[in-house]
Amino acid sequence: MALKADSDQSIDEKSLMNAIWDMVYQLFGEFGASQTALFLVKRDNEKGIVIVRCSHKALNMVRAAITSVTDINRKRAVIRVVAVSGTLKALRRKLFEH
Amino acid sequence: MKQFADLHLQPPLDKREQIEKLICKATDLGYSLVAISLPPKIKQDTILFLRKTCKSHGVDFATRIDLTPKSSNALLKSLRLFRRRFQIVGVNCISKSIARQAAKDHRVDMLAFPSSNPRKRFFDQAEARVACQGVAAFEIDMALLLQETGFYRMRLLSSLRKEVAIAKKNCIPIVISSNACNPLQLRGPNDLANLALLFGMDNVSALNAVSVTPSTIVKRNREKLDSSYVARGVRVVRRGTNCDS
Repeated sequence: MALKADSDQSIDEKSLMNAIWDMVYQLFGEFGASQTALFLVKRDNEKGIVIVRCSHKALNMVRAAITSVTDINRKRAVIRVVAVSGTLKALRRKLFEH
Repeated sequence: MKQFADLHLQPPLDKREQIEKLICKATDLGYSLVAISLPPKIKQDTILFLRKTCKSHGVDFATRIDLTPKSSNALLKSLRLFRRRFQIVGVNCISKSIARQAAKDHRVDMLAFPSSNPRKRFFDQAEARVACQGVAAFEIDMALLLQETGFYRMRLLSSLRKEVAIAKKNCIPIVISSNACNPLQLRGPNDLANLALLFGMDNVSALNAVSVTPSTIVKRNREKLDSSYVARGVRVVRRGTNCDS
């Protein structure tokens, strides 16, 4: 999943991941969070895109959590899902087309 | 391909830059139709500006009014005044009597419940039975869900889950809208659909609530507000003296 943070301030990938984890935990609890298998794959600093990986069974949960994020580090921010794909190769192709 | 619509944007109308930013973001996120909530005494040049801005960004624009009447009589009076001036009429149901009146009135398009407190949300089985005889859709405001946290969000999700089940059972159309004032409150249509999974909507009906249902409402109302519309199924085809041929 390719994500992009939309905010007035610059946001590092660690804060972004923490915000997503916090929201997953708040919405679905420890049991739900354990099913997501969420982790950071890569950060593209030029485009400001972060690629994360999650279990395809938990995709809807993770997307709902990402949409629910309204602030990162107490700054107003929103995380947008740019593209979703099953493989990194296809995701990069989608990003290139985007 | 689905055409997505957000029927509830609320930009500050005195800040034109912010309006442009919001409309631009809506286009980027994939919306092809937006409705902006307007005050009753809106100037014509503001509407023209909004229409022009939307057109320049390649997005369709619909006018909307949100009525918050204090009694059911006040609602009827407002509907008489504003129905033909706006393409979408939404009613904020702040009491049970207003909710019932709005549900049975064919001039109302959207039933909104602006409170997260379950005691102040009046979309129950009786309301749904009245609403299914009318044309009003049940509107879910995502800004309310996004701004609540902790216990209040949990309570709101629980209410929404019950209300969505009631709406489904009674075949009442559901519309999901963002109620965004600025670009940071706006979410993409697929993101809104995913958020709807939190209160028990399946993916297909959630996507319909941001595409087919709102587009149908706007299309129906545009037909009704057209000068050739006479009644349901009756429209003027030709005017003038030689109408026999």
